Amino acid sequence: MSDTATSEHPEHSEPEAAEHHDEHHGEGHAHPSDWAYVKIAVVLAAITALEVFTYFESVVDWGVALVPSLIFMMVVKFYLVATWFMHLRFDSKLFGRMFTAGLVLAAGVYLVTLTVFEFWV
Amino acid sequence: MAITEKTPLELGPGDSVRYAERPLGVFTRPQGGRGWRDWLSTVDHKRIGILYGASALFFFLVGGVEALLIRLQLAAPEGSVLSADVYNQVYTMHGVTMVFLFIMPLAAAFANYFIPLQIGARDVAFPRLNALSFWIWLSGAIFLNTSWIVGGGGADCGWFCYSTNSGVAFSPSHGVDFYAIGLQILGIASLVSSVNLIVTCLNMRAPGMTLMRMPVLTWMLLITQFLLLFALPVITVALFLLMFDRLFDAQFFNPDAGADPLLWQHLFWIFGHPEVYIIILPAFGVVSEVIPTFSRKPLFGYEFMVFSGIAIGFMGWGVWAHHMFVSGMGPISVAAFSLSTMFIAVPTGVKVLNWLATMWGGKLKFTVAMKFAVATVAMFTIGGLSGVTHSVAPADTQQTDTYYIVAHFHYVIFGGGVLGLFAGIYFWWPKIFGHFLNERIGNWHFWTILVGFNLTFGPMHILGLQGMSRRIDTYARGYGFEFWNMAATIGTLIIAAGVLLFIWNVAKSKRDAPHLPPPGPDPWDGRTLEWSIPSPVPAHNFDTVPQVHGRDEWWHTKYAENDEGKVVRVATVEEAAQTGEATGVHLPSPSFWPLAVAVGLPLIGYGLIFNLWLALIGALLTIASLYSWALEPVDDPDAAHDQHEDHSDDEAEATDPVAADDSTESDQP
Amino acid sequence: MSAEAVTADLDHTADDHGHEEHATTTGLSHTKLAMWVFLGSECLLFGGLISTYLLYKTRGNGRTLPTDVFDIPFTSVSSFVLLMSSLTMVLALSAVTRGEAEAGRTWLLATALLGGVFIGGQVYEFTAFVREGVAFTTNPASSAFFTLTGFHGVHVSLGIVMLMSLFVASLKGKLTQRNAETVEIVGLYWHFVDIVWIFIFTVIYLIPAD
Repeated sequence: MSDTATSEHPEHSEPEAAEHHDEHHGEGHAHPSDWAYVKIAVVLAAITALEVFTYFESVVDWGVALVPSLIFMMVVKFYLVATWFMHLRFDSKLFGRMFTAGLVLAAGVYLVTLTVFEFWV
Repeated sequence: MAITEKTPLELGPGDSVRYAERPLGVFTRPQGGRGWRDWLSTVDHKRIGILYGASALFFFLVGGVEALLIRLQLAAPEGSVLSADVYNQVYTMHGVTMVFLFIMPLAAAFANYFIPLQIGARDVAFPRLNALSFWIWLSGAIFLNTSWIVGGGGADCGWFCYSTNSGVAFSPSHGVDFYAIGLQILGIASLVSSVNLIVTCLNMRAPGMTLMRMPVLTWMLLITQFLLLFALPVITVALFLLMFDRLFDAQFFNPDAGADPLLWQHLFWIFGHPEVYIIILPAFGVVSEVIPTFSRKPLFGYEFMVFSGIAIGFMGWGVWAHHMFVSGMGPISVAAFSLSTMFIAVPTGVKVLNWLATMWGGKLKFTVAMKFAVATVAMFTIGGLSGVTHSVAPADTQQTDTYYIVAHFHYVIFGGGVLGLFAGIYFWWPKIFGHFLNERIGNWHFWTILVGFNLTFGPMHILGLQGMSRRIDTYARGYGFEFWNMAATIGTLIIAAGVLLFIWNVAKSKRDAPHLPPPGPDPWDGRTLEWSIPSPVPAHNFDTVPQVHGRDEWWHTKYAENDEGKVVRVATVEEAAQTGEATGVHLPSPSFWPLAVAVGLPLIGYGLIFNLWLALIGALLTIASLYSWALEPVDDPDAAHDQHEDHSDDEAEATDPVAADDSTESDQP
Repeated sequence: MSAEAVTADLDHTADDHGHEEHATTTGLSHTKLAMWVFLGSECLLFGGLISTYLLYKTRGNGRTLPTDVFDIPFTSVSSFVLLMSSLTMVLALSAVTRGEAEAGRTWLLATALLGGVFIGGQVYEFTAFVREGVAFTTNPASSAFFTLTGFHGVHVSLGIVMLMSLFVASLKGKLTQRNAETVEIVGLYWHFVDIVWIFIFTVIYLIPAD
């Protein structure tokens, strides 16, 4: 999937795209180039490969680091999709705030609920 | 698909002349039409508000009859008005009806009608979604109540419907199925509405209307919408689990299979406690408008009012398990939730003190609206204080599941919510309908309700502390419950008389209206933008969208400080108010598709319960309607002029104004 | 639920904020704001379902648990497919924004197809599980598993329906640069469904149930 999506602006690097947008601060313009999206996808694919790799414990024993590493990788993937593919990085902060409000609230109430059920013990 | 027309819904700021040259729109929506089809297809936020209000008051009567039955059953020991089984159904449906079919839609009526007016907008952000919310709500409400007829009785598990009592083994009728599916339908309505109103509040304010200039009613309603937005998915999860358990033999709440019935309680109350604030915050908003107007003072501590509202909304998410102190969830959880519950009393107390400080030194004018508002503050304070007694977990262990709890939440919900919304009804009636409610009958209405309310629910504190259990269908002689139960029943009858007085007031006020002087745009010397436009409000709301310079914009249009620092009137209402005579204002076109979508949902519900083929039909109807909706342009210039004349029957799909005509899309440039 | 909210909004892109630069207070589109608000709400929905599964994942009532029959390599492939559909989605938006209708259409179709592959994988997984003794009604863990992944699958399916609607609209020449926002809105929904799966894949599948 690496080359199919190359647009006519492969030279547009990611930071440029981000800066480009700051000038406008509106919506709908200054999205990064297709090439940047492809690079993000490559990173996502690599992380996924690493995640799946942990499943084959016979190769490397991750020990106690397993769960924290998995969660870290998940958060990175989540963050990359939200900020790049969903454009939170380039769009108005209000969108991100609306979404984060739901996300934080969900994390809060459900983590407390699981705690009350002594899920972690 | 997206029909992106460039048509001006808004006229622009009032002090601008460049809009005067602009052709203001393609058509004028039929205005003040009386045909019932106009109501079925309306997308006008004011009409939708009225529809919400009228339906809510209807269900108030339904829930009131259920309350009367409960009290008649309990008036004397060993009552025999209702069987134990029917009693369970009646108190369950009383709670569900009052919460979901009366107070929430009545608050939605205020939200729909007044958010756009108070922020200076022409309509909500998504007018057709707004209509959809109402029709889905109504279809859900009807669906829920049809369980009396086709479901073998109402739900009989309490409005909280605890597991395992809600399982098929203990609730074999279809009542709980109707509860689970009906509340999901109602939840969709509220969710759509909350998204719509949040976007409206954030995105459609008039120029200069910053967030911290928004009237407190709008603020409280905005917070309510956020609570709905985040609370409804939680109850949706719970209801789906319940529905899957009952209809498809899932194992979510089956303790024999190792499931944990407490899961339901957590999910229910994560929703249920924000729900309490969903009920009360709109009333707080109403009171915060009524009291300053009739004290002739600005609201004391506006910022504190707003931020305490936000704090209540936020903290409301951290207290849910105080409903579960006796569920055996462990001392640490109990202690934590006990503390957080005590803290939430603080912002509420801030509000009460600010209302008192607003009245302090004001020129008080005790209209019926003001009386209801002051009574709201007083009664809510009583309910709030008894609430603090529950936060003390050891005390709550004694109080839980007794009538003390019933007393508490009725003081909060009836004494706070209902009285507050009645204040709003009296306050804004002239704005909505162009005539006053009769103040003399209103006075009688107020006092009977207040006396009846206290006589009904005051004694329940005593009954509860004496040990009378909630939800029992009868009680034996000799426990000392007789006197106060009889008192409570008499109180209920007095409330019923008060409600009848209200109905009489509505009828008589309408009959007398032609003989009385009209209220004009600003009968109460109001403070916020809705009083700057005619009563009743014209379809386009504002002739010119106002430019806002500060809080209480309309008040400051009328009054200013003179050189000696005295507040004097600088403009009469006639000079300052808009005339409502603008013509040709572009407004969104009516549509039948919201109604058609809403009709499909209860069919899915019946289908899930009785026959999956019916669910398929309902789903197809919903999907087809959604597609027709998506293909229908938001504004259809060609069909607009005569679309209300050519409908031959009431079949929604058949009479759609544009009949999913593919050519409607071709109006893209 | 999402069907109403999303589909209803498809048509409502710019009717009342197109005519001047500050037609909305925040300068943001109604529809896009509505979609983000809605996605915030969806977090609570999936959070509840995920928590339910986590609470119940070891409650097998003496019968086979979902974790006993997980086929991680298989699920990894379908997870990867869904992840890549996010790339094609964003490329579709990018193409439509540039006015390249045909490229946009191709990417939309690719996204829908990848989503379809994911759903196909899920159907296969479900039937395999049932064959191996984990059905919807087997135990609390299985009920919670099927409900969670089923809800997600329904969301993906709705997304496919929306993508195909856009594809058809594009074929008819109705999806132009001017309605790029419609693609963006559908895209937001699609990416959200993807990040939910990112979460599910790690928390439900990869983290061992011990």
